[in-house]
Amino acid sequence: MSDPSKHPQPAVPNPDTDAYAHESELEAHLQTKRMYINMGPSHPAMHGTVRMKVELEGETIVKADPEIGFLHRGFQKSCENVTWTQCLPYTDRLNYNSAMMNNFGFLNAVEKLIGLEIPERARFIRVIASELHRMHDHLTCVGATALELGGFAPFLYSIEGRELIMDRVTELTGARLTTSYGRVGGLNRDLPEGWIPKTIKSLDKIQELLVEVEGLLMKNRIFVDRMKGTGILSAEDALDFGYTGPCLRASGVDYDIRKARPYWVYDQLDFDVPVGEHGDNYDRYIMRLEELKQSDRIIRQALQKLPAGPIIVDDWRIALPPKPEVYGTIEGVMSHFKLVMEGIPVPPGEVYDSTEASNGELGWYLVSDGGGRPYKVHVRAPGFPILSAIPHIIEGKMLADLIPTFDMINMIGGEVEQ
Amino acid sequence: MDRVSAHLPEAVAERYVDRAGGAWSVIHAQHLPKVVAYLKNDPELNFKLFVSIDAVDRLHLAENDPRFEVVYFLYSLTRHEHVRLKVRVTESNPEVPSLVPLFKGANWWERLTYDFYGIKFVGHPDLRRILLYDEFQGHPLRKDYALRDRQPLIPERPIKDIFRGPGTSGLS
Repeated sequence: MSDPSKHPQPAVPNPDTDAYAHESELEAHLQTKRMYINMGPSHPAMHGTVRMKVELEGETIVKADPEIGFLHRGFQKSCENVTWTQCLPYTDRLNYNSAMMNNFGFLNAVEKLIGLEIPERARFIRVIASELHRMHDHLTCVGATALELGGFAPFLYSIEGRELIMDRVTELTGARLTTSYGRVGGLNRDLPEGWIPKTIKSLDKIQELLVEVEGLLMKNRIFVDRMKGTGILSAEDALDFGYTGPCLRASGVDYDIRKARPYWVYDQLDFDVPVGEHGDNYDRYIMRLEELKQSDRIIRQALQKLPAGPIIVDDWRIALPPKPEVYGTIEGVMSHFKLVMEGIPVPPGEVYDSTEASNGELGWYLVSDGGGRPYKVHVRAPGFPILSAIPHIIEGKMLADLIPTFDMINMIGGEVEQ
Repeated sequence: MDRVSAHLPEAVAERYVDRAGGAWSVIHAQHLPKVVAYLKNDPELNFKLFVSIDAVDRLHLAENDPRFEVVYFLYSLTRHEHVRLKVRVTESNPEVPSLVPLFKGANWWERLTYDFYGIKFVGHPDLRRILLYDEFQGHPLRKDYALRDRQPLIPERPIKDIFRGPGTSGLS
């Protein structure tokens, strides 16, 4: 028993600091001041270096300010100080979930600047490799979202599918994650022996795994309730912010560069572009599941139609000459030396070119002064505008909605930080 | 761009086509919001998708006066084409009107361009650095910023066997 004479209490209790001030109301004392919390940079829901400064009123977010953080590689400055070919490893690291798409997107812009046509077979292989990496990216996103909302099994299934793709990518390029597979004018190497049947087998297995993932998530009350009706963005706002890819299509805008302005051999292949209605997290998730199925269709068709022929242009000013020529002829030596030491002579001028990466429009604005090095490399990474809209989406909503919203935009640190 | 030239003849300073066939227009800075609003709101043009903003430091190019070029990209979903605009600004007065009132997405791109090139966007609601810290001196993507210049917030400990290579300004 406490003795009131030993613990004197003020006549008028302060409702903000004195818990006993509300005893008569038979309810717990609630903090009435606004609360500021830092989510990240080491919060499991924030990816990599991102930090979110959140101002809370109860559980409602009043203000959110994302800070990208310091993952600096100095992408643009680095590219402007190396040769065109040496930019490739930097482009790989923009989106480490779909390295080849970044590779090929950059090369496509350079080839447009030179005015170069690449061989038919190289175009087909670029499509196949891009779609494999699109599946890789979407599987990671869907699995990670399930994990962060409490589902571990779907995460394991999607990562199993992703590992199968990684194995095929390793056989194709020699690297698991950052591949540097493309070259100006074509590709580094041809498909390895027996790769096509193996890939088809992997695709079959991934489709089986997807059925499991869908079954586990679509009928899960917790998952559906947290995704449906959260993180809504209207079509008009999505365009205003510069959304592209699955996030834009979830808002109901039918825009896919593969259909709008086909490049490589996309116009020869048959596939659909899924479009959502509500622009919420659930639609973004459905878009990714649908695109996984469409990518599967594209790869199977492309593998069937794959023509024979060279995989890189036969032009020694652009592609390295074959080794016997380098060792046996003076022209071969000279070309090899000049390409390695000085880089590819890209004519002066500028170009803007974009491809459909897994998260949206990956645009490149390149300026060349005629030397072997780029004068200016601007990358329009899809993740940057998508992340910039987060405060707009989340302000006035619940703190718990931040997690699925942040997951479904699939923010990639490497491309947002330039 | 023909329609823009016809509708706002005083705004367009120069037009040309690049090697890949893309059409560029150079716009006078003070007319930029008018041109962009026209492109966005005209029902036939319909350039509603905001793509990106960046700048080019033309210091080492043959044609380098004025020094900076701010480049804008918009996309039309009905016409399926990009429009590219450029605004040239001088080094002594690098100011461009902000597009934030027209496009919400311009907010971060303008902050990025300000951070990297030091170009000021007049009318931007929250113009501060986005990737670098507030104490950072200079703008790293300008061509006269040394490649390996370092400005650590916390002093770096000396490491004996490290060679940072050429390109440092000797400041740190």
